[in-house]
Amino acid sequence: MARRAEKAQRFASRAVQVGFLLALLILWYLATNYWGVNRLLLPDPIAVWHQLVDVLRSGAYLPDLRVTATEFAVAFVLATTSGTVVGYVVSRSRYLIRVFEPLLAGIFSIPLILFLPLYVLFFGLGLESKIALGTTISFFPIVLATIAGFSNVDRTLVTAARSMGASDYQLFRYVLLPGALPVILGGLRIGFTIALLSILGSETIASLAGLGHHIVELAEDMEMSRMFAYIAFVVAIVALLNGVVSHLEARGRRRG
Amino acid sequence: MSAGDIAVRIRGVGHQFGEAGETQYVRALSDTSLDIARGELLCLIGPSGCGKSTLLSIMGGLLPPTSGSVEVSGQPLRGPLPREISFVFQENALFPWNTVMENVRLGMLFQGVPKSEHATRARQSLEAVGLAEFAHHYPGQLSGGMRQRAALARALSLETGILLMDEPFGALDEQTRMILGEDLSVLLAHTEKTIAFVTHSLGEAVFLADRVAVFSARPGTIKKIIRVDEPHPRKPGFVTSEKFAALRNELYALLHDEIRKAVLESAQARDARAAGGAA
Repeated sequence: MARRAEKAQRFASRAVQVGFLLALLILWYLATNYWGVNRLLLPDPIAVWHQLVDVLRSGAYLPDLRVTATEFAVAFVLATTSGTVVGYVVSRSRYLIRVFEPLLAGIFSIPLILFLPLYVLFFGLGLESKIALGTTISFFPIVLATIAGFSNVDRTLVTAARSMGASDYQLFRYVLLPGALPVILGGLRIGFTIALLSILGSETIASLAGLGHHIVELAEDMEMSRMFAYIAFVVAIVALLNGVVSHLEARGRRRG
Repeated sequence: MSAGDIAVRIRGVGHQFGEAGETQYVRALSDTSLDIARGELLCLIGPSGCGKSTLLSIMGGLLPPTSGSVEVSGQPLRGPLPREISFVFQENALFPWNTVMENVRLGMLFQGVPKSEHATRARQSLEAVGLAEFAHHYPGQLSGGMRQRAALARALSLETGILLMDEPFGALDEQTRMILGEDLSVLLAHTEKTIAFVTHSLGEAVFLADRVAVFSARPGTIKKIIRVDEPHPRKPGFVTSEKFAALRNELYALLHDEIRKAVLESAQARDARAAGGAA
């Protein structure tokens, strides 16, 4: 009974959300077709749709997608590996936590994107500077979550496992890791989002290729409807990735 | 008692946290000696902070004493002895991400029980505590009393000679406590286990114990040991008997002064800290 009511409620809020997005689309259509908004500022949604179909059919997005995806994948893997390893090591000692946790949290609060010019000077305009920046930026939430996750595992559980004779490996595998996993997954999710954000953002500022780069190029050529088509394409990919990550996170939490 | 009959021998054990002069310096336990006979159930009772839980951790090898020595079955104790000593903690010592069954099996995995025995032993110990139907529930889906039954099942499956219980029913309501106490008495009457049981409850101590060790206020040491001559399993009627009332009253008289002293001291310590903070 309660179950059904809950379901109905969830369906109702979904309907409102979809309705809101539809209303925005209709407003957009009305603004460009009837209310005289300049098409150089805001293109006709139907023209954007045609461009999107053309982009997808022709496969014109492939080279740029490949660049952005490579940058992102390499950066996220590097940040995840370094963040979890460093975080675990720091979490093993109260002294290291006391020294490094505030330091890392402090650096995380700086808008690191400001260092993009420096990264470009060091690593050039190509993929390397995006990978380096993406890794740096997403390293911090991951390392901080890893420290928090491992250091907050209930002491009673560790004592209980030790009293039953758990080896170091067993303690890690059956107590520390499952205890820390939900918090670490939260950090990975934040790292995922901001790595993507910083890579796409820095592509729009200083780059030679990539989806962000292409979008700026189209803007400079005043090809507004194609630019919007690309933006829609990126938004769709990011939404899809976020869905996958949310799903994985939920599964990990249930297991964890 | 001959040497072979003694499961745990505690000699002059003391413990302090921190060093003298430091703010967190606490003398928890001072110069305590005690022999626990094989097969007996000994309750440790005393005011809060008297070091009874500290003593339990020391006799389980979880905490090295700052002075004195502990022998288990004639051997000096240097660390946890998972094959000889198992624990039931106050609460929340079950792995919340594992089911009751998985918790029991993990204990056996840690202790090194051959895999082939896991299923039988887990089933037996869960049946013994009346939790067989809940084997596949997660701790979060169980009541506090059921969680402690599960923790007890995990300890029983390890088949150790010594069982140390640190206020296992401390977080439970009075009625659940009573039922668990009765069940525990029945369960343990059939085993040869040596048990040390820390509790705050006078009734629980008299109901369960062969002997009750009464602690003085901090720094704690054993003030007196009271014997409860009543065969196990104890009948529910024992609670209303005159013998029970007499023993309970004796414990109450012994503890009353110590509890007052402990409360007074902690109030003084608080005032001293406040004065220090103001200066």
